[in-house]
Amino acid sequence: MAVLHSAPRFTQIDGLEATLTRALGDHLLEAHDEHGELLLTVKRDSIEEVLRILRDDHAYQQLMEIAGVDYPSRPERFEVVYMLLSLTTNSRIMVKCTASEDTPVPTATTLWPNAGWLEREVFDLYGVLFAGNTDLRRILTDYGFEGHPFRKDFPLTGYHELRYSEDEKRVVYEPVELAQDLRQFDFMSPWEGADYVLPGDEKADMPPVDDPKTTESPKQTGAGAKADYKAADKVSADAPAEKDGGEDAASPEPTEDQPSRAKRKGKTSDTARATEPKKKDEK
Amino acid sequence: MSHAMHLEESPTTGDEVITNYTINFGPQHPAAHGVLRMVMELDGEIIERIDPHVGLLHRGTEKLIEHKTYLQALPYFDRLDYCSPLAQEYSYVLAIEKLLNVEVPERGQYLRVLFAELTRICNHMLNIGAHVMDVGAMTPNLWVFELREDCMNFFERASGARMHAAWFRPGGVHQDVPEKLLVDIGEWVDGRLQELFGDAMSLVLDNRIFKQRNVDIAVVGKDDAVAWGFSGPMIRAAGIPWDLRKSQPYDVYDRMEFDIPVGTNSDCYDRFVVRVKEVYESAKIIKQCLAQMPGGPVASDDRKVAPPKRAEMKQSMEALIHHFKLYTEGFHVPAGEVYVATESPKGEFGVYLVSDGSNKPYRCKIRPTAFSHLQAMDFMSRGHMLPDATAILGAIDVVFGECDR
Repeated sequence: MAVLHSAPRFTQIDGLEATLTRALGDHLLEAHDEHGELLLTVKRDSIEEVLRILRDDHAYQQLMEIAGVDYPSRPERFEVVYMLLSLTTNSRIMVKCTASEDTPVPTATTLWPNAGWLEREVFDLYGVLFAGNTDLRRILTDYGFEGHPFRKDFPLTGYHELRYSEDEKRVVYEPVELAQDLRQFDFMSPWEGADYVLPGDEKADMPPVDDPKTTESPKQTGAGAKADYKAADKVSADAPAEKDGGEDAASPEPTEDQPSRAKRKGKTSDTARATEPKKKDEK
Repeated sequence: MSHAMHLEESPTTGDEVITNYTINFGPQHPAAHGVLRMVMELDGEIIERIDPHVGLLHRGTEKLIEHKTYLQALPYFDRLDYCSPLAQEYSYVLAIEKLLNVEVPERGQYLRVLFAELTRICNHMLNIGAHVMDVGAMTPNLWVFELREDCMNFFERASGARMHAAWFRPGGVHQDVPEKLLVDIGEWVDGRLQELFGDAMSLVLDNRIFKQRNVDIAVVGKDDAVAWGFSGPMIRAAGIPWDLRKSQPYDVYDRMEFDIPVGTNSDCYDRFVVRVKEVYESAKIIKQCLAQMPGGPVASDDRKVAPPKRAEMKQSMEALIHHFKLYTEGFHVPAGEVYVATESPKGEFGVYLVSDGSNKPYRCKIRPTAFSHLQAMDFMSRGHMLPDATAILGAIDVVFGECDR
């Protein structure tokens, strides 16, 4: 595919994939070219050794970034991606390994001092453990934060919100309460990869009926003499019969000025007062 | 301040010695350039250890981006390093373009380079001014803020927004600039910038106090600079001529002629001077962009990525459909993953973008420049005096919107 984009153009080293495949041997699980950048997938337990080989023998001197990614459907749900940069050969590669919640990744702090914070960040946001990192504290989230917010199953709104309480004269933590639902618009075209059932589609999967309704004989249609007779009757069977009760026979009594009616008992007799809100102490 | 601060008699000299004590620098400190809390262990006024606590400005930008379409996620990048907004959009749009393999018209590329360099000047104006003020001088900061204001005005004339421009788009830039703006930028670069910036720097560069506060402070050797993942002016001050605009050129940077200033002593003063020199190099690039910039479209004509102009939309049914689809569903990016890094004014600003083929990024990891630099704070400050910490911080050029994301 011809390169049309104008993203940074670093040196493409001929045969880099073959060279590194040979150098890494059994450590390597998979290698492929991703948009002109080599992406190596290696065994988790040998990540430190792999990075050491790449740094010392292949001149990838700088560790620029460690990124965590979460794929909840996979058996080992996390990917830890190391971005390496070579200042001398002007080349970039990505090295990745997989991990789960309880399988620690060997630390890279023995190779690069700046791996410390980068690993802390992946631990903080995803909960990936790094074996050998002596300072694996949270880094970006709040003091006392619980959970790992960048996991795909962590809600965008989080679980706690905080505000300054005038009563307590301090910041208080409370469970998240949304005045309106979080608006997640789904702009995916329903014809391409929607993961919900389109209205009406649910009928396609309905089980067949035991006694299907058919109109194979004239009898089943319901037509015939009986139906014709009913149709001739102008008035429907259940309609109430019309009676002549004289003028205004059914009109109700006027509701006002009824001195004969007894006064209502209780507080509600005073209409103006009854509409007022109750005061607390009244109960 | 800790209660552990009590005086003892020194067994050898008879002087009073002070046992180590711990202080909090920040989280609200004018020299912390934002919200940075540093737990400092001091021996008298000598820094023994620093434990920087970052994340006080963590807003979960990367998580928010996962819930937005590619285009909706763009303005978040302005709000990371709010001193150089366009430089960050740059990495993001290039990452998308790389995944989509979209061609950007030449004028669009020139405009992006032009405004990225203007952003660099704008950023350095803030940092230079703040650094000078951190070590005690007031006047130069006020002068360079004038220039920063000029840059803001240029951004406003191009995009409508002074700071959060959201002007770089996948496939080019949002809209073309008026011809008069380019003329004014050219005149400004030759006139006011040189004059005012030259004046301000003449007050600082040879100033005795400024040198006393910066020379030989936080010297970082070449090997250490590489090991700690330094980039940008921090690594160039260490004498390594590493600039992504030169070594891994993007857009039309390979047609620009400019020099990479490097330091010799790798101290705070060198970092400062590298930035000062970079301003002049950026001015050179801007002049070349203006001279070479061709006419023509500023954004890709691939209607599956770049929306049509409104005028076209009013006439053509197809354009209307494209416009509607791009601003509701957005474009789909083929599955894949890329790491794209550009030379932001502060160093290597990278975006690791994972796409699953849908209209939203599956994962967007932002590589901030300040994260690695700030991590070396402990290593750089050890053995220096307490007031040196502000000079070191100023020379790192740290902005917490970006560091904490």
